[in-house]
Amino acid sequence: MSDTTRLSLLEAARVVARRDFRAILFSRAFFFFLLGPLFPLVIGGLAGGIGGQVQREAVTNMVALSMSAEDNAAMQAARDTLAPQLGYVLPQFIPDTSGEPPAQVLKRDRASFAAVVSGTIEAPVVTAPESQIERWSGPVGLIAATARGSSPNTFPAVAADPVATSTAEARTDRIRTAQAGQLLLFLLMMLLAGMVLSNLVEEKANKVIEVLAAAIPMDAVFLGKLFAMLGVSFVGIAVWATFGGAAALLLGNQLPQLPEPALGWSAFIALGIAYFAMGYLLLGSLFLTIGGMAATVREVQTLSMPVTMMQLLVFFLAASSITRPGSPLELTAAIFPLSSPFAMLARAAQSDAIWPHLLALGWQAVCVILFIRFGALLFKRRVMKSGKAGRAGKERIGATKIA
Amino acid sequence: MTARMLTETGTMTRPEIGLTVPLAIEARGLVKRFDDTLAVDGVDISVPEGAIYGILGPNGAGKTTTLRMLLGIIDPDEGVRRVFGNDRPHEVAKLIGYLPEERGLYPAMKCDEAIAFLGALRGLPLEEGKARGRELLERHGMGHAVDRQIRQLSKGMAQTVQLLGTLVHRPKLVVFDEPFSGLDAINQGKLEVMIRELARDGTTVIFSTHVIHHAERLCDEVAIIAGGKVPYAGSVDVARDRIPAQVRLETRAESGEWRSALPDDARHDVKAGGGHFWYFPVPDSGIEALLERLIDGKAGILSLSVERAGLHDAFVEIAGEAAARALEQDALESVR
Repeated sequence: MSDTTRLSLLEAARVVARRDFRAILFSRAFFFFLLGPLFPLVIGGLAGGIGGQVQREAVTNMVALSMSAEDNAAMQAARDTLAPQLGYVLPQFIPDTSGEPPAQVLKRDRASFAAVVSGTIEAPVVTAPESQIERWSGPVGLIAATARGSSPNTFPAVAADPVATSTAEARTDRIRTAQAGQLLLFLLMMLLAGMVLSNLVEEKANKVIEVLAAAIPMDAVFLGKLFAMLGVSFVGIAVWATFGGAAALLLGNQLPQLPEPALGWSAFIALGIAYFAMGYLLLGSLFLTIGGMAATVREVQTLSMPVTMMQLLVFFLAASSITRPGSPLELTAAIFPLSSPFAMLARAAQSDAIWPHLLALGWQAVCVILFIRFGALLFKRRVMKSGKAGRAGKERIGATKIA
Repeated sequence: MTARMLTETGTMTRPEIGLTVPLAIEARGLVKRFDDTLAVDGVDISVPEGAIYGILGPNGAGKTTTLRMLLGIIDPDEGVRRVFGNDRPHEVAKLIGYLPEERGLYPAMKCDEAIAFLGALRGLPLEEGKARGRELLERHGMGHAVDRQIRQLSKGMAQTVQLLGTLVHRPKLVVFDEPFSGLDAINQGKLEVMIRELARDGTTVIFSTHVIHHAERLCDEVAIIAGGKVPYAGSVDVARDRIPAQVRLETRAESGEWRSALPDDARHDVKAGGGHFWYFPVPDSGIEALLERLIDGKAGILSLSVERAGLHDAFVEIAGEAAARALEQDALESVR
C-alpha cells in the first residue's frame, strides 16, 4: 500500500473500471453487443425513408444559368411558368454572371451547382457530370422551348458538355459517408449507454453501490464505469473490424463502396473514434446520473425514456443539418453537447478543415467532466436518503417534518 | 443554525484516566434534511481512537444517515465532521473499513476476488488482497469456499465474506452499520469477539445498533440517538450512573416502625409466598444508615441488594419511553 491515505481519482476509477470491464466482457450483454452491427441493417431499412429524404435534398437541383442576361431572364420566366405544373423536376436557376467557363463554375467550392446551362435559348449547352447531364437535359430543353415560345413539339437540341465531377456531386457523395458515420455512431452509443445504465441498476440491486460510495468519490465510480464500457466497446469494434476485414478480403469489390470523406479516411476514422468516445461519454454520464437516482428498474425506464427520446431528436437534428453546412441549424447541432459528435462527424466527411474538430473535441471533453460532476453531485444529494427503515417508508421515531 | 466548532487539536480529555486522547471521529452540529424530513438534527459525536463506540437508537432515528455523513457518502447540510483530523473523509479512505447495513457483493465474483476487490477500493493491491483474503477465509473456517462464487454461498457466509473484505486492508477505523442484524446467535458471538480483538489491536470500532445488549456488552462509549438528535454521547458508565442505583429489599413484615426508613414513593410488590418487595433509589444517607433503621425497626429483612441501572434504564431516562418502546420493538422484529 502506498503512503497516501487515499487513491487518486484515476486510481479509484481504474479499480472500478477493471472490475466492470472483466464482468461485462464475460457477460451475455457483451454477446448481444457483438450482434450490434446486425441492427443497422434492420434499422437502416426502417430509417430508409428519412435517409432518402435527406438524400433527395442532398442532390441539389441548383443549376447555374450562364447565358446572356436576356436569355437568362427568359429561361427564368419560362421555368416559373412551368413550375406550377412540373415543380420538383425543374431546376432552381441561379444566374451566374462571373464570366468563368462552365467547368470552372462547377468546381467552385461554395456554389454546389448540379449543372451549368450556357449557350443560348436556341442552342443551350448543359455542362455537368454524366449522371447530371442525363438528369437535366430534358428539363432544360423544355424550359428553353417554352422561353422561345415554340410549341412543345419542337425542342432545341441540348448540347452536352460532360465533366468528370462537380462540387455538388462530390458533396452529395460525402453526405452518404456522413450519414453512414452518423448512423453507426448513434447505434453504438445507444447500445452502450443502455448497457452502462443497466450495469449501474444491477449495482444498486446488488447493493454494492454504498460500498463504492464509501470508499471512493462518486466521480471515480462514474468515470470507472464509463471507461470500462468504453473499453468493452473497443474490444467489440476490434472484433467487428476483424470480421469486416475478412469480409472485405472475401467479397472484394462486391461490397458497397463509400465515397472518401473530405479529410481522408485515416483522419475520418480517427475522428470517428474520438467522436464516438466523446458522444458515448456524454450520453453515458447522463444515463449514469439517471441510473444513480433511480431506485427500481421501473424508475429507470421512466426516467430514461425522455433522455432516449431527446437523443433521437438530437440525432435527427444532426442528421437533418448535414445538407446545410454553415447554417445556424448546423452550428447549433455542432455546439449542443449531445448532438455535437454527430454534427462534427458529418463535417469531417464534408469539409477538410481540422481546427473545428479540435475545438469541438475540447468542448465535448469539458462537457463530459461537467456531466460527470453534476451526476455525482446529484447522486450524493438525492440518493442514500436513509437506511433500510427509511426506504421501507417506516415512520421515523420523532423525525421532524419541516413545515 | 451556526455550525459548532471542532476542537483545535482533534483530541479529547478523559478525566477518568487523566489523559488526553486523539479522536478518530469528531462531528459537530451535523444536520441532514431529506425533502421535508429533518433526518439528523444537530448531532455532536467524539469517538476516541481505539474505542468501541456504539450509536444506539431505534430504526429511523438517524443512525445510518449519521454514519453516511461521517464517511462522506453524503454531505451534511450543516455542521462539520473530521475523520482522523481530515474534514473530507474520502481523503483518509485507506484508513477506514465500512460494512453497510444492506450488504452487497457482486454475485459472480469468487470469495477471494470479492475480498480483494473491497481491499483494492481502499488501496490494497489486488494480488496482495487475494492472498490476504484466502488467509482470512481460512482463519474464519471458510477455506473451502475460496473459489466459490458469492451467488453460491448462504446469506451468512456472504456476510462473513463482506465483513472480511471490510477488514482486509487493515483499517485503523472500522464502521459497522447494524452489524448484528441478520446473524444467528453463534455468528453474533463471533462478531463480538472479532470487535473486541480489533479494539485490542488498537483499531477504532464504531457501530450502530438497535439492540441495547450489544452496546452494553461491547461499547466503551455510546451516542444515544432518537428523532435525529443525540441527547447523550459519552461513556456507557456515565450514562448508567445518571440513574441512581436501586435498592431491592425483601421483608417479612408489610408495615411497622421501619417503614419510615423507606421513601414514600417506594414501589411495593407482594410475593406469592407472603414476602414483600420494595424498590427505591439508594437514599442520600447511604445503605448502612438504611440497614440500621430497618434492623432497629424489625423489618424482618429476607434479602437486600443494590442494583446499578442498566443501559436500558439509562436509554429510557435519556431518550424517553416512546423511543425505548420503538427500540424494543425493533429488537423483537430483528429476532423474528
